[in-house]
Amino acid sequence: MKKILLVSRHAPYGSSMAKDAIDVALAAAIYDQDISILFMDDGIFQLTKEQNASEISQKNINAMLSAFPLYGVEKLYFHLSSAIQRGIKIDELALDNITALHDEEISTLLNSQDQVLSF
Amino acid sequence: MSVLHTINKSPFSFTILKSFVSVCGMNDGLLLLEDGVFGALDNAITNDEQLILKQKNIKIYALSTDVIARGIEKKISKHITLISYDDFVQLTLEHQNVHSWF
Amino acid sequence: MIFSICVYAAPYSSQASYSAYQFARSLLAQGHKLHRVFFYQDGVFNATKLATPPQGEFDLYEAWQTLAKEHNIDLAVCIAAALKRGVLNKEESVRYQKEANNLADGFSLSGLGQLIDAAVDSDRLITFGS
Repeated sequence: MKKILLVSRHAPYGSSMAKDAIDVALAAAIYDQDISILFMDDGIFQLTKEQNASEISQKNINAMLSAFPLYGVEKLYFHLSSAIQRGIKIDELALDNITALHDEEISTLLNSQDQVLSF
Repeated sequence: MSVLHTINKSPFSFTILKSFVSVCGMNDGLLLLEDGVFGALDNAITNDEQLILKQKNIKIYALSTDVIARGIEKKISKHITLISYDDFVQLTLEHQNVHSWF
Repeated sequence: MIFSICVYAAPYSSQASYSAYQFARSLLAQGHKLHRVFFYQDGVFNATKLATPPQGEFDLYEAWQTLAKEHNIDLAVCIAAALKRGVLNKEESVRYQKEANNLADGFSLSGLGQLIDAAVDSDRLITFGS
């Protein structure tokens, strides 16, 4: 089993990046790999409650992310400073099983991985 | 081992380089390629950022072909090492993994 | 060492696919193995055989195909990303009753499992995004 980290750095909807990362995470879970996901920079905007993507004929990214634990994707992290910079508080996040990481913890996480896939 | 990061966007239009400076770890490497090579210009990195990168012992490289293509080789900061694709391949092997920022 | 490469970008629109190609050439020239190139997102446009770059411009489509032929490399194209962008092989074209197919020789449509497999089976996986 390999340790694979997905780094999701882009906002939802404006590009397919967020959704494409989710699809890769689910594929990795099916293949029984040790998968972690880190949200940082504009990727933080994927995590907020109150999304209504049907307005633009898309599906809610936050709902897909909330379903991750059902598929065995349980190592979820977000970069605390990215959230603070964007004025997003922890109680605004749609996921309750996600861990906040400080700057130094990000490099520890990256260093502990076999492969990093970026989105 | 440490991580090799790549950045392919200009720091004058994107905040990637700033994010990188805040989260990079000790002895990490940074390769600037494509429009990322504008980050190799003297004034692309602030003195404060330069200090952090020095404290963390970050080595910064820029892809030579992309630098020359954009005609900026004479304006490259002295902290930056110009490298070839062959060196790029070698760098990936000297690090634990590769994290691409785009 | 064994490498795999992930390409997210269409040719010409950005430099990323060209960079990926140069990286691939370089690692092969150094005697390393390239296990797979996985084309995802707009990267699937590298796999169309209908593209016709003007004479005198670098032909990235042909370059990928030649590379695959010379070094026996698996050029895997994400099937879901390809179908929704109109890149189809013969089989999918028949299945969805389309008039034509356009997947170039040397490329194959495959699932995201092949990307995970590349991550698992390679020493290094390098992503080229746009």
